[in-house]
Amino acid sequence: MKITQISVFLENRKGRLYGVCSLLGKNRINIRALTIAETQDFGILRMVVDKPEETLKILKKSGFVVHLTDIVAVEVEDKPGGLAGILKILFDNNLNVEYVYGFLEKFSDNALLVMRFEEPDRAIEILKKKKIRVVGKEEITDL
Amino acid sequence: MEAYYWNKELETIDQASLEDLQLKLLRDTVQAALKTPFYRNRLKKAGINSGDDIRSLQDLQRIPFTTKDDLREGYPTGLLAVDLAEVVRIHTSSGTTGTPTVIYHTKEDLDNWTELVCRCIVATGATREDVFQNTMSYGLFTGGLGLHYGAERLGMTVIPVGSGNTRRQIQLMKDFKTTVIHATPSYMLHIYSKLNEFKIPLNELFLKKAYLGAEPYSENTRRKIEEFFHIDVYNSYGLSEMNGPGVSFECIHKCGMHTWEDSYLLEIIDPKTTRTLSEEHEGEIVLTNLRRRATPLLRYRTRDLAFIHKGKCKCKRTHRRLSRITGRTDDMLIINGVNVYPSQIEEVIMRIPQVGTNYQICLEKDGTLDKIIVKVEIYSKLFTGDIRQLDTLKAKINEELRAAIIISPIVELHEPGSLPVSEGKAKRVVDSRTKL
Repeated sequence: MKITQISVFLENRKGRLYGVCSLLGKNRINIRALTIAETQDFGILRMVVDKPEETLKILKKSGFVVHLTDIVAVEVEDKPGGLAGILKILFDNNLNVEYVYGFLEKFSDNALLVMRFEEPDRAIEILKKKKIRVVGKEEITDL
Repeated sequence: MEAYYWNKELETIDQASLEDLQLKLLRDTVQAALKTPFYRNRLKKAGINSGDDIRSLQDLQRIPFTTKDDLREGYPTGLLAVDLAEVVRIHTSSGTTGTPTVIYHTKEDLDNWTELVCRCIVATGATREDVFQNTMSYGLFTGGLGLHYGAERLGMTVIPVGSGNTRRQIQLMKDFKTTVIHATPSYMLHIYSKLNEFKIPLNELFLKKAYLGAEPYSENTRRKIEEFFHIDVYNSYGLSEMNGPGVSFECIHKCGMHTWEDSYLLEIIDPKTTRTLSEEHEGEIVLTNLRRRATPLLRYRTRDLAFIHKGKCKCKRTHRRLSRITGRTDDMLIINGVNVYPSQIEEVIMRIPQVGTNYQICLEKDGTLDKIIVKVEIYSKLFTGDIRQLDTLKAKINEELRAAIIISPIVELHEPGSLPVSEGKAKRVVDSRTKL
């Protein structure tokens, strides 16, 4: 149930994000979710795409510094307190969320979030037990 | 203006007596140097087995040059000429790579150094009535302690602040009515730029003189600093290998730095051919200690470029005057008065596995002070997508560089292949500082 996230190291220079995105566009790769963590002199682009293995290959070939990370895609009720409910489950089970960001599209009435855990397998197990929907790889590809 | 002397006899010594004295002291120095493994070997090869083999000052030419690399190779005791029990102080400085260099001082050595500093201070017209604020670093760096002891011996009121903390510097200048300050030219400009911010108007200060050294700057900047503060600025030259400050200093006439030739033999050579150059010709300064017994250095190549002024000075001191330092023969960088070699930075970067071997050193001005930015490329195999990992890496590089070069650089991480690949060392350094 884990999903592959691609992290790209971006130095603080004009056109670097464009460089990544245009490369993906040319290769007909679709970005499903994306966020940028920034510091003073560099950023890390994190994204979920429809074809992660291919993306990794293409970016590496073009000299980008890339890393694959396991993340968990969680459905969250699109209403006040939706995310809080899930975070409470995680908190009660002593699970730390390293970062969260949202998918660009929805594929149901619920919002879809990317969550990064130190122990993704345990997180999935706990979320499932609480009847929280964790979205799998295939569903992401078909979004 | 009347000239004052600390040691009139020696400062105004006639040429013939000076040469007699120099010859005697050179013989003693060679004799002392022969006690070190380094010089024993080197001087014997040149046919010099005792001080008596030096028959005239011309024989100086038979003595081979000593370089910074020699000092590194001799570290820590290869150039120590006395029993360690005789040593009362050690000053080390960073070498061109990780190996430092060391200079030992006996009590007499420090005493002689202090005497020279007293001469320098008195030559600028300062007296025991003056309040002396020392903004140079204390510790292993010789700039702080060197001037300190001279000022104390002269009887000035000494404020040993050391470097940094500009707010406190200005407050002390005001509260204790500092009249003489010792600083780098860029720090002097920095102090000026901060007066407004700290709301201390210039007329609440009592400054009369500044002794500036440790980094090259122009005559125009001297005038500028003099006009800003309404003070007289005097140039100072020294290097830790020759004790530190007190080698050459300007007198009230500000027309070149009198080099104390009864304590140092001064030569200017063509750095390529090593041929001795005459007055007014710019070349590398080569100095020989005449009075230091713990670490006597013979014909030390300073790598600083300057020339000797022609003619006599109105102050009647007979010691020749050195021009301001115009540059270096090597790639040494002077960053806020601290000497840094690009190779020291390279060595640190090379031992950190998470970064590649390509790097760039950028020097910029932050106000009037220098800023050093070290750009490195991250090694793609070790990238985990984690920001904390990269922040930790930056902090680690910063810490290791600071340990190696004393100053704290700004570390920037870059993508592999993004920094220009360079064949020579020089291209790795981008110095966009405007010259002072």
